[in-house]
Amino acid sequence: MSRYGMAIDTKRCVGCMDCVVACKVENQVPEGFCRDWITQALSGVYPTLSTEIRSERCNHCDRPPCVDCCPTGASHLHDRGAVVLVDAKLCIGCKACLASCPYGARFIHPQGYADKCTFCIHRVEEGLEPACVAVCPTRCMHLGDLDDPNSEVSRLLASRKSHSLLPEAGTGPRIHYLE
Amino acid sequence: MTEIVSTRANPLVDPSLHVWGPEIPIYLFLGGWVAGMMVLSGLFLRRGRPGGRRSVCCRLPLYGLTLLTGGMLALFLDLEHKLYVWRLYVTWQPLSPMSWGAWILVLVYPALLATALVDPPGMLVTRVPAVAAVSTWLARPGPMRFLAWTNLTLGMALGFYTGILLSALGARPLWSSALLGPLFLASGLSAAAAFAHLVAPDREESRTMARADNAFLTIELGLIALLVIGLATAGESQRAAAALVLGGPYTAVFWVLVVGLGIAVPLLIQGLAVSHRIAHTPLAPVLVLLGGLALRFVIVSAGQASHWVRTSSLAGGG
Repeated sequence: MSRYGMAIDTKRCVGCMDCVVACKVENQVPEGFCRDWITQALSGVYPTLSTEIRSERCNHCDRPPCVDCCPTGASHLHDRGAVVLVDAKLCIGCKACLASCPYGARFIHPQGYADKCTFCIHRVEEGLEPACVAVCPTRCMHLGDLDDPNSEVSRLLASRKSHSLLPEAGTGPRIHYLE
Repeated sequence: MTEIVSTRANPLVDPSLHVWGPEIPIYLFLGGWVAGMMVLSGLFLRRGRPGGRRSVCCRLPLYGLTLLTGGMLALFLDLEHKLYVWRLYVTWQPLSPMSWGAWILVLVYPALLATALVDPPGMLVTRVPAVAAVSTWLARPGPMRFLAWTNLTLGMALGFYTGILLSALGARPLWSSALLGPLFLASGLSAAAAFAHLVAPDREESRTMARADNAFLTIELGLIALLVIGLATAGESQRAAAALVLGGPYTAVFWVLVVGLGIAVPLLIQGLAVSHRIAHTPLAPVLVLLGGLALRFVIVSAGQASHWVRTSSLAGGG
């Protein structure tokens, strides 16, 4: 089974939020919510400061706590790419998955079920890129199979220094930020 | 210095700002309280009801049924997809504490009902004669022994579950402790003993409950100390979580309401009462019950305010 992940180039990302808008349009994300967002992290002490702009979303973790804690099986791993998905017809809206996610990637859809990024698996299954990847004007985002050493994502991660978010949480995030 | 600017800074989106409201602490408190009642009922049934037919252990299951229904209602009100609640009962997810809890509650209801029928209210016996026959059958040694062990087992499971429900959610460092299960069980036992102390018709049984409550409160105090020490001496995220009650925004409510008025003061009052220095007063058990509720509110709220602290090279995340 493949294992989809993302490599996001923080040297290219300009924080234009095209990815956020594209996701909202493609997935009809209700007003006031978003499945992906832009974070600007400034670190260091003046004058040696560094800024990282990055597009964040569900990390589709290797050990997803949201799947483990779900009492109905609504949160599950998709056969293709081991992508973490939510089946709205099974979700009771207990919010255990929201509490279990160290990335705050989930929200409760106004219709009552937990919602989040799907890596646009409906597009990927048709051979398309996720909406956020497709519209990025700087081409800073890449989706691919982390288990395939020849995928673009694997090659980028092998050739560039990268980091993931909160590896300390132990969930095995599959989004990597190229430095 | 680290500064984060995020387009997600929105309470509608960021779950660390709001996941669970007051319904969940109320549910956890009532669940723990009922768990304590079941354990006490089980112990009394095993020992052959020292208070005879007036024993409080015959009354606790009826109170338990009412309180548990209130807790389940609170849980139901918290659900965002209410019409799909039945989905809990068409599956079993072994890794999900909430799934375990849902099935434990299915077993708890008939156990409480059967225990209540051991000594049913007179009004019910008058109106439904069959209840008397059921009661006679249940009062035999075999069924009584079975009920005693069932109450003990399910009560312990329910009490532990109310804590494990939170401690299994590793994204919140304050909850990430195996001590939450025993702590909520001890608190539930304390609440049940305090309640039995209040309502027991037999004075000797009431005093026994006060003594038992003192033991449970002491254990609870010890578990709280271990929890705080464990968090304060662990990694950076756990230390930040401990800081919420050690100088942070939850400090006053935790130490004054939970530890002070909810445990230390009633322990002192009941300690003096059981050693015959002052008369027994309903103030102590009422404080214990309010302290138990405050404990759930503080742990649930502060837990949601705790989060992983990024310790590796670049800032951000989470």
